[in-house]
Amino acid sequence: MAELTLVEAINDAFHVELERDPDVMVMGEDVGRAGGVFRATAGLRDRFGPDRCVDTPLAEAGILGSAVGLCMAGWRPVCEMQYDAFSYPCLDQLITHVGRYRWRTGGAMEFPLVVRMPYGGGVRAPELHDDSPEAYYVHTPGVKVAIPSTPADAKGLLAAAIRDPDPVVVLEPKLHYRTLRGEVPEGEHVVPLGEARTVREGTDVTLVAYGAMVPLAEAAADALDDEVSTEVLDIRTLKPLDEAALLAAAAKTGRVVIIQEAPRTAGYGAELAAILAEKAMLDLRAPVVRVTGYDVPYPYWQIEDAYMPSVERVVDAARRLLEF
Amino acid sequence: MAQVLPAERDLRRVIGDGEGVPDGEVEGLSEDDLLELHRRLVQLRTYDERSLVYHRQGRIGTYAIFWNHEAMQAGSVYALEREDWIFPSYRESAIGLLRGMPASTVLSWWRGHPTGWWNPADWNVASICVPIGTHVPHAAGLAWGKKLRGESACAVAYFGDGATSEGAFHEGANFAAVMRAPLILFCNNNQWAISTPLEAQTAAETLADKAVGYGIPGVRVDGADVLAVYEATREAVTRARAGDGPTFIEAVTYRAAPHATADDPSAYIDPARVEEEKERECLGRYEAYLRRLGLLSDEAAEAVRAEALERMREGIAQAEAEPAPDPALLFSHALASPPASFDQDLAELRRVLGG
Ligand SMILES: Cc1ncc(C[n+]2csc(CCOP(=O)(O)OP(=O)(O)O)c2C)c(N)n1
Ligand SMILES: [Mg+2]
Repeated sequence: MAELTLVEAINDAFHVELERDPDVMVMGEDVGRAGGVFRATAGLRDRFGPDRCVDTPLAEAGILGSAVGLCMAGWRPVCEMQYDAFSYPCLDQLITHVGRYRWRTGGAMEFPLVVRMPYGGGVRAPELHDDSPEAYYVHTPGVKVAIPSTPADAKGLLAAAIRDPDPVVVLEPKLHYRTLRGEVPEGEHVVPLGEARTVREGTDVTLVAYGAMVPLAEAAADALDDEVSTEVLDIRTLKPLDEAALLAAAAKTGRVVIIQEAPRTAGYGAELAAILAEKAMLDLRAPVVRVTGYDVPYPYWQIEDAYMPSVERVVDAARRLLEF
Repeated sequence: MAQVLPAERDLRRVIGDGEGVPDGEVEGLSEDDLLELHRRLVQLRTYDERSLVYHRQGRIGTYAIFWNHEAMQAGSVYALEREDWIFPSYRESAIGLLRGMPASTVLSWWRGHPTGWWNPADWNVASICVPIGTHVPHAAGLAWGKKLRGESACAVAYFGDGATSEGAFHEGANFAAVMRAPLILFCNNNQWAISTPLEAQTAAETLADKAVGYGIPGVRVDGADVLAVYEATREAVTRARAGDGPTFIEAVTYRAAPHATADDPSAYIDPARVEEEKERECLGRYEAYLRRLGLLSDEAAEAVRAEALERMREGIAQAEAEPAPDPALLFSHALASPPASFDQDLAELRRVLGG
């Protein structure tokens, strides 16, 4: 085991996976010479050469579109989108081709590509460096979506995404790139897609979260410690969802708070709530509630703390359920 | 259809080097004009240098440095009328100063404060565009819309060398060309897109060559030569107003500073090259030109700098005097008719924050 930051764990995954499989290549803006603006791809160009860690032209649709063709030529491209909100030009390719091509070939051809990007707010950045775009990706048929919340999962989920025969989008909580440290298994380490993680066991209320909201949920659980016993579930893979884990965590306490940084309406939390409404009705003792960002553009940074779900809002929601 | 010639590949220059290369002059520019251009260059330079200091002092956030880009901005804007529209990227964040926008507004933008948002129609300066190249179609649309209304205003879109790789740049340029919109496509070719050098961005010999594909003229100017920039832009504006459509201007300079305060270029740029480029930075060259003409004394230069510094002192004081924004502002302005849920969200937020 090594003690790594979240972004170091991603870098470690790349070194292991590029060494393991000569078909894996990394491409994106500034991933080569600079090793990525967050240094997620540091050292890859020197070690594996400029054809396997490629500084592309500044064009996100071009990056993902050419990744489709690279798959056809037998490569397994891992595309970096430099920031959440700068991934939007790639959505055209994602929706019209990445999620449909396998289907269009009657399952004859595979598109084992990965799109990864830093996402989320709280980093005091200028406009459009803060978005939580997971719903756009989850809503696209034919692609999988994972969001790690720990260094070990960041390594293991990226490795799983690279090895998966289908397109996988991995969103990485940039707020915690360097603030979260943790034990990370050395060498090959794979966290299978589709498995949630129980962060802590509890009996009174369940907090369901993913990505940057998991440490927040843990802080809220700490704050509630004197009052109640709190279960925290990290969804980890948004699609395919570990439905059994969700239902079990809900059944244990009968009270569920879903935490999501993205705007509320039609966000991923709505999907979780719908599943609970469909399949957990008889286990619930109170309505399912969401603590989310608001239905407004992500604000300028002096006010971003008021936008982001906070420990206070999560605690307040949990108490409301307990008093229901 | 006017015949479109191959793009010019030679760099247009006006300012000489004080040695073998003689100084030229721009027809129609008076001494007052030359000094006003100097004042504007100094305003921008001072804004940039002070901003870097403010960033280090923690008084503004992440900041995109535009040192040695001032001549492109001051020179091109000087060729515009007040009715003409400016579409800046983050690299031209302070370009509104040239239209009289308070420094506090731009500083507030970098401070992440709502007083950094402005009404574009107040200054004919669009919002600072962060996603690369996405404002090029906006500028094309504005220019086209003005033409449809029979108005004489034109527009300038500012973007970098890297932006020419984006689909949005291509689509905007093509729209403007097809609609014969009065647009100036102003490319700040500082030869880097963060760590990506120009040769990894394009296989074209020059960026101006791209104009040929759109059926519009493309010219290249020395981007550190404020007079050459002014003259090339003036020509493009004349064409635009005459109904002859867009022009692509490639202004060639060098990014002699980090991409932004968060960037460390030592990993990818040769520091010796940067030092060499700093030698020929745009303000020093223009001041030397003015001195050769006998138009600029030390005293006058000092006075201009003092004025610019004062504007910054005022600006930062005003920006810092703004109270912290109220959370209610989260819900303001996104929609003309906000849904009832906004009131509920705010009430709940206040309740939780309050206790
Ligand atoms: C659509 C999009 N992709 C990526 C980025 C991240 N980014 C910010 S600046 C930059 C480089 C831009 O280079 P260039 O167009 O040459 O302009 P310069 O910064 O050199 O003025 C990149 C990749 C962005 N802002 N928008
Ligand atoms: Mg550039």
